[in-house]
Amino acid sequence: MSGFKVIQPGLLTLIQDAGRFGHHRIGLTTGGPLDSLAFKWANRLVDNPMNSTTLEISFGGLVMQAETDAQIVLAGAEMPLKINGVEQDRWHAHKIKAGDKIEVSFSAQGARAYLAVSGGFQVEHSFSSSATVTREGIGGITGEKLQQGDYLHCNPPVEHRGFRLPDEHRPDYFDDISLRVITGYQQQAFSDYQKRLFFSSEYKVTDRADRMGYRLEGPEVKPAIDGILSEGICHGAIQIPADGQPIVLLNDRQTIGGYPKIGSMIAMDTARMAQLLPGSRISFEEISIDDAHNLHCLAHVRFNNTEPEAID
Amino acid sequence: MISMADNSIRIEVAGENALIIYFGEKTDPSVSARVQQAVTILETELNGKLIDMVPSYASLLVIYDQLATDHLEVRSTIRKVLNQLSDAVNAEGNLVILPAYYSSESGPDLDALAQRAGLSADEVIKLHSEMEYRVYAIGFAPGFAYLGEVDERIAAPRLSTPRMKVPRGAIAIADRQTAVYPAISPGGWNLIGLCPTRMFDPEAKPTMPVQVGDRIKFNPISRDEFFSLGGELGEIK
Repeated sequence: MSGFKVIQPGLLTLIQDAGRFGHHRIGLTTGGPLDSLAFKWANRLVDNPMNSTTLEISFGGLVMQAETDAQIVLAGAEMPLKINGVEQDRWHAHKIKAGDKIEVSFSAQGARAYLAVSGGFQVEHSFSSSATVTREGIGGITGEKLQQGDYLHCNPPVEHRGFRLPDEHRPDYFDDISLRVITGYQQQAFSDYQKRLFFSSEYKVTDRADRMGYRLEGPEVKPAIDGILSEGICHGAIQIPADGQPIVLLNDRQTIGGYPKIGSMIAMDTARMAQLLPGSRISFEEISIDDAHNLHCLAHVRFNNTEPEAID
Repeated sequence: MISMADNSIRIEVAGENALIIYFGEKTDPSVSARVQQAVTILETELNGKLIDMVPSYASLLVIYDQLATDHLEVRSTIRKVLNQLSDAVNAEGNLVILPAYYSSESGPDLDALAQRAGLSADEVIKLHSEMEYRVYAIGFAPGFAYLGEVDERIAAPRLSTPRMKVPRGAIAIADRQTAVYPAISPGGWNLIGLCPTRMFDPEAKPTMPVQVGDRIKFNPISRDEFFSLGGELGEIK
């Protein structure tokens, strides 16, 4: 057997590939990485296909023992990475040997980091994905978060290239950020005054912030309607329940719901928001769907054109 | 033919890679049938550009791949498809019969619901099982099918305090909707019985016995039949 033994699972470590798509019609949500940019870098720095299975580590606290030779990388939040007790660079592939101890400590900045291994973790797919959605009990090893004693299988070691991402390309995870929102859905049910209030106010991330959605706290925004016929909810949709406090719906959202929505946050920015801890401050900036499309395509090109440095 | 001039149909932006089509404002079998028709045609028309679709009561969320298309092209495809929808839509999905063990043992809210409605429990069972329902939407949880609409006399508001644990197979009513809980979960609907048919089984093919647009009828069965069909009472908290 080659793989990794979980000694300490951390607060919330989940097996994630890029997500589960095409199954909304039976009520399955997407799952997948909250910060898809850090996820993609993790896979790329160990030369993996982009949909390879990684670990999404929320907040930190993971300890594993390697039972294989491999390359590993940690990308995303600033969680100190130690190999056999020695601190190592993040966003940087490291060769490890069977018997090595890998520790990911608690984060100094940011909330989610991605640990990728050369060749990807080998996890059986359910509904064409390994993504864990604990609310559904689907994906991962048993539909649950990582547990002490779990064994993460890998392919036997082969020659594999490793890379490091130069410092200037590494994202930072600051607080107090402006996040871009496209108005849509029931936006007409929000008066101009309510929209101005929403786009000019500061909101705080509450402690009710998880993979399903981030509940925010700030000035109450009130639509002219109470509820709607239940309808499909896309990633980033911002629903406003009766208390007027926005909820930004994320990867593990329910697929349909009946609360009015003012619009949706773009995925590039839900990724930044998902790196924030409760108490962080955010504000919203309106953006058109055309500008959002351009940003998405530019980010795609930028990612492809950014060349990480090869290690030996 | 229906046309886009029909101003009951609107296309709105949902998100950076999602548009939502509103076919109407209320629960109606002919509106739901149109949603289904659009799903079938758009699947072909947007082949290779679609990420997913979410049909619901009177709307259809279309999620597309931003690297393959954009909202303008998707809008124009949707407009073309809407013009192809026929008015004489076939509202008939498959008829699926679900066995139902109605009792106060399997449905702890049956008696209270009957009392509120001024009916006997048997009358509630008769009204619930005589009606043919339509699957309007699937969501909330994997395999949770929203069926409508129950007879007005047995419509009931959600419980003021939702239960922590509703058993798998629970047949429930909320307002004029009814459903079978596909898995153990919290829930605020009124429980009137249990269905031994698995509504969601990741190992089964198909995963669900019903899909949006299907017609559903409940067939009352005895306690013995319920157990012989593999039913389990489960825990209610």
